[in-house]
Amino acid sequence: MSEDVFIIGAGIHRFGRTPELTGLQQGVYAVREALQQAGLSWDQIQFAFGGSDSAGNADSMVSDLGLTGLPFINVANGCATGGSALFGAYSSIRSGEFDLGLAVGFDKHPRGAFSPLPADWGLPDWYGETGLMLTTQFFAMKIRRYMASYGITPESLGLVAEKAFANGALADHAWRREPVDIETILTSQMVSDPLTKFMFCSPAEGAVALILASGRKARELGLPAVRLRAAAVRTRPSGSFEVFSPALELERGPSPSTLASRAAFDMAGVGPEDIDLAQLQDTDSGAEIMHMAENGFCADGEQTAWLAEGRTRIDGALPVNTDGGCLACGEPIGASGLRQVHENYRQLLGQAGRRQVPGSPRLGYSHVYGAPGVSAVTILER
Amino acid sequence: MQDPIAPFISDDLLTLAGGELHLVASREKATGKLAFPPHAEDDPRFQRVLLPREGTLWSWTIQRFRPKSPPYAGPATFEPYAVGYVQLDGALIVEARLAGVREADLAIGMPLELVAFPFTLASGESRSTFAFAPRTGAHS
Repeated sequence: MSEDVFIIGAGIHRFGRTPELTGLQQGVYAVREALQQAGLSWDQIQFAFGGSDSAGNADSMVSDLGLTGLPFINVANGCATGGSALFGAYSSIRSGEFDLGLAVGFDKHPRGAFSPLPADWGLPDWYGETGLMLTTQFFAMKIRRYMASYGITPESLGLVAEKAFANGALADHAWRREPVDIETILTSQMVSDPLTKFMFCSPAEGAVALILASGRKARELGLPAVRLRAAAVRTRPSGSFEVFSPALELERGPSPSTLASRAAFDMAGVGPEDIDLAQLQDTDSGAEIMHMAENGFCADGEQTAWLAEGRTRIDGALPVNTDGGCLACGEPIGASGLRQVHENYRQLLGQAGRRQVPGSPRLGYSHVYGAPGVSAVTILER
Repeated sequence: MQDPIAPFISDDLLTLAGGELHLVASREKATGKLAFPPHAEDDPRFQRVLLPREGTLWSWTIQRFRPKSPPYAGPATFEPYAVGYVQLDGALIVEARLAGVREADLAIGMPLELVAFPFTLASGESRSTFAFAPRTGAHS
């Protein structure tokens, strides 16, 4: 008999730039905030999963938080580090092994685009040496092909970014807090055609901690709780189009996002039409558009109408990236997936302040995607 | 015939066959599946194959900022360059620099062919990598 799993506490260190704190210290800040809001002490936490991509070892947090001897598993899974930490914590409680634990993700990246080394990704040096190994190129070429196939225009790319900055202005933890109008977005500096500066997120800093509990423990503590109905992680299938691909197969296939999405919907026993709000990986405006379809929320090409009608705005039928997503918050790799879950947790508990989705949302969906083709999806229920 | 060209940037990338430049790929014997870049030459599960020299543009972008070094090995001075995926029928869709084409002329579906592409390392040394350029005599 597997246990139900609940999120009973959440903490966040604001995203953006915090020169006075290391990434690890921002992680500790998020854990302390989560504990404090839940009225728990560190020695009650039975286990932890945590990680960062470039800001150190999560388990060294015990120096600050307390040497309680708990098992603390470091997770390093690229852009899905946060999602994988959550998956680990979820599975540990679901199995019945523990009934109160932590998932934490944090990061701190230098300015500018990521600079991966080919050998770390199983690729020959010439791929990086000749200027082909850039995430920005991948996202630009994926959306270029998608726009040509499904008649999507730059206007739709602009609407996604405009919505992101409008939502970010309402979120205390966001990095970009100023609305940007669509004309400015469309005419800003081109970075990797067809994507302009305002259509790309930037590597950043930040941290998120979530406290998970079994149903029994959640009832005992009597805290506001949302149920984690599904947590799924999937890697790339044959025929997908991924970051850092020197070649693609002619026969095109589904994406890791599609696989993770289907698995999560199966686990939860609900469908896309049941979801009240969604946090979808928006490394760039185009990614949000494609991920709307890859996660099953609309058919390919329907995004044009969805965006023109404002269906993904906070007051729309399916609000997407209600805290401004990666575009407004930046992307600290280890924290980014957990930020999405944090946002759903706040929204489902009615604690999202000025960005609160109206109508008492019941089901929140989150989707994180990254190199070299890994996606993590969660579904939360109030 | 090709003009004399600088040493290839990698030993395991390009070859001249019958006077013409080809990309080197490998084919998995069990499944027939192609891979580029190729697997190690001494891996008995794979055999070496040459990719078709001609294809069509599948998608493209312009790289408008200088990539970070490492891994980028180009010179400090930077000019934006075009990058694309090129569909090679019967084989793969390959990522490559695009050469000899104006940005305004780039279009999905345009016919392209493999060319050697001179690449200057930060050290000033010259190497040859590969690019795809509009087919001679073919204009889209």
